[in-house]
Amino acid sequence: MDKIGVLVAFKPLPYLEQELTRRGCRLFRLWETPESPVLEFCRQNAADIQAIVGNSNYGADAAMIDALPKLEIVASFSVGLDRVDLPKCKERGIRVTNTPDVLTDDVADLAIGLAISVMRRIPSADKYARSGAWKKGEYTLTTRFSGKRVGILGLGRIGLAIAKRAEAFDCPISYYSRSDKSHPNYTYHSTPVDLAANCDILVVACALTEETHHIVNRAVIDALGPKGVLINIGRGPHVDEPELVAALVEGRLGGAGLDVFENEPHVPEELFALDNVVLVPHVGSATIETRTAMADMVLGNLEAHFLKKPLLTPVV
Amino acid sequence: MSSSPSLTAAGVSITTSNGSSLSDLPPILVLRPLSDAWSSALSAKFTVISPSSPLSTSTHAALVSAAYNKVDPALLDQYPSLKCIATTSVGVDHIDLEECRRRGIQVANVGEIFTKDVADYAVVLLIDVMRRITMSDRYVRNGLWMTRGDYPLGSKLRGKHVGIVGLGSIGSAIAKRLEAFGCKISYVSTKPKPTVKYKYIPNVYDLATESDILVVSCSLTKETHHIVNKQVLQALGKEGIIINIGRGANIDEPELVRCLVQGEIKGAGLDVFENEPDIPKELFKMDNVVLTAHQSALTPEAMSDIIQICIANFEAFFAGKPLLTPVMAD
Repeated sequence: MDKIGVLVAFKPLPYLEQELTRRGCRLFRLWETPESPVLEFCRQNAADIQAIVGNSNYGADAAMIDALPKLEIVASFSVGLDRVDLPKCKERGIRVTNTPDVLTDDVADLAIGLAISVMRRIPSADKYARSGAWKKGEYTLTTRFSGKRVGILGLGRIGLAIAKRAEAFDCPISYYSRSDKSHPNYTYHSTPVDLAANCDILVVACALTEETHHIVNRAVIDALGPKGVLINIGRGPHVDEPELVAALVEGRLGGAGLDVFENEPHVPEELFALDNVVLVPHVGSATIETRTAMADMVLGNLEAHFLKKPLLTPVV
Repeated sequence: MSSSPSLTAAGVSITTSNGSSLSDLPPILVLRPLSDAWSSALSAKFTVISPSSPLSTSTHAALVSAAYNKVDPALLDQYPSLKCIATTSVGVDHIDLEECRRRGIQVANVGEIFTKDVADYAVVLLIDVMRRITMSDRYVRNGLWMTRGDYPLGSKLRGKHVGIVGLGSIGSAIAKRLEAFGCKISYVSTKPKPTVKYKYIPNVYDLATESDILVVSCSLTKETHHIVNKQVLQALGKEGIIINIGRGANIDEPELVRCLVQGEIKGAGLDVFENEPDIPKELFKMDNVVLTAHQSALTPEAMSDIIQICIANFEAFFAGKPLLTPVMAD
């Protein structure tokens, strides 16, 4: 990939940055110049940028694509492509790749970890233990996870991996999906509200599209109810965040485990005082093993494109 | 129910709202304080007899607890008609099982009531340490995601070797859960279990050598006191993690603390300690440990299950059927 100009939209894994450099790429580090507007940066370097490496927060919208006439490929360091204007890429003949499968396990592990952590109030219990309060009394009882009804929004790779793990805890599984998948063991619900009304733990595991924007809205939150728990390992905009915060603060929702937020890294501060929420900083795929595998996939896709070989994981 | 039972309602016949006479319901001698939940559950099916009642010496069944009662020859002499004792605990250290056997008294504990909740807790502590859930939650709440950027990366679960110390009901439940995450399970146990598909390793040292994560889920006996010692921790190694939902004394705690302080093991998830409620203060500063106050079994569902299993055991006894969760003298 000698002298290929690559716009890196976010601060990358050191391994990824080293490998891009080692293979001869010229890196345009968008993340290093936060003051400079994105479009200005693009125009200044338009003659050289042939590839973009984006992630779940930084992709390629129509304006960026228009500003980069030499752009040939967007290789996203994520599986979600809600930040990439896919129709525009298709129109311009720009290839788009993502990183499916390698991160499925980590995201599913986190979803279940968050669910049990919320039910058993682990961060709060840890804080209690460290405070010395145990000498004065026991921590409160915390709700059992095993056997609770798990409802999954989206039964794709990640949704199925979550279901498989939850089954090991004897959790009955139900789901909402654009169509009934006729799964032998899992119950289909034709609307998100119906799913929420019939589960104890609702997990968001679908892709973010126009249709699924705010799929978890006031009606769904009300249906989930004061004993219900919401787990979001999808995208912040899947959930109407102000509604979620109000429901949690007012006790209309039982709890939440959140890996993603509408405006990362901003997390609504009203949540900080609550014992029934667990808040993590978009770490769904954040293991050294998975991030390295994702980097290899990005590198593999870029190399395949510039060597005119078949892409590993093309979406467009 | 319109009438309420009382520990002093000795021998008084009370009619319940459904018309049956309380004195028709089989009597249970209650030798421990009762919460409202216990009172109403028991008196729906039994007549609650207090120790001060003249009926206490002719009652055949009794409810005891580990915290309040010592079932020894003296107590059994006080209540000579007892034929069935149910304790609200798993442990039976407080009951002279041999004496009960000699007198023809059946004993029931609560069986495997805590298995699910304790297994869930072991799994969540393991995921938490590997994926840094509690620590990154703290990071977010301290506003550091805004100012410092991403939290350091965690470790993937799939493919990791998990060594389970003690493959009883809880150890097996932990194994079943972790298999779904793609972990490879090995175990050490008093005897190998030929029907089990996991790899049996003859001693804890060898298990630790092979394991990325050690989960302690055995009971505390002379043999298992400090079963995780300095050599085992060294064998677990710098990348190793230990989870303890057994008993604090299963691990040499000062040695564990030293290993964590010196970075000789990578992290720990601990629900139990040698000198509860004291937790070694050196652990409070660490972000590679998760600490909880011996609460793995403490769910409202388990508390309700305890009541249900005791009632079920008493019902079986009065129906002349085998107890559901009998405990035998060795």
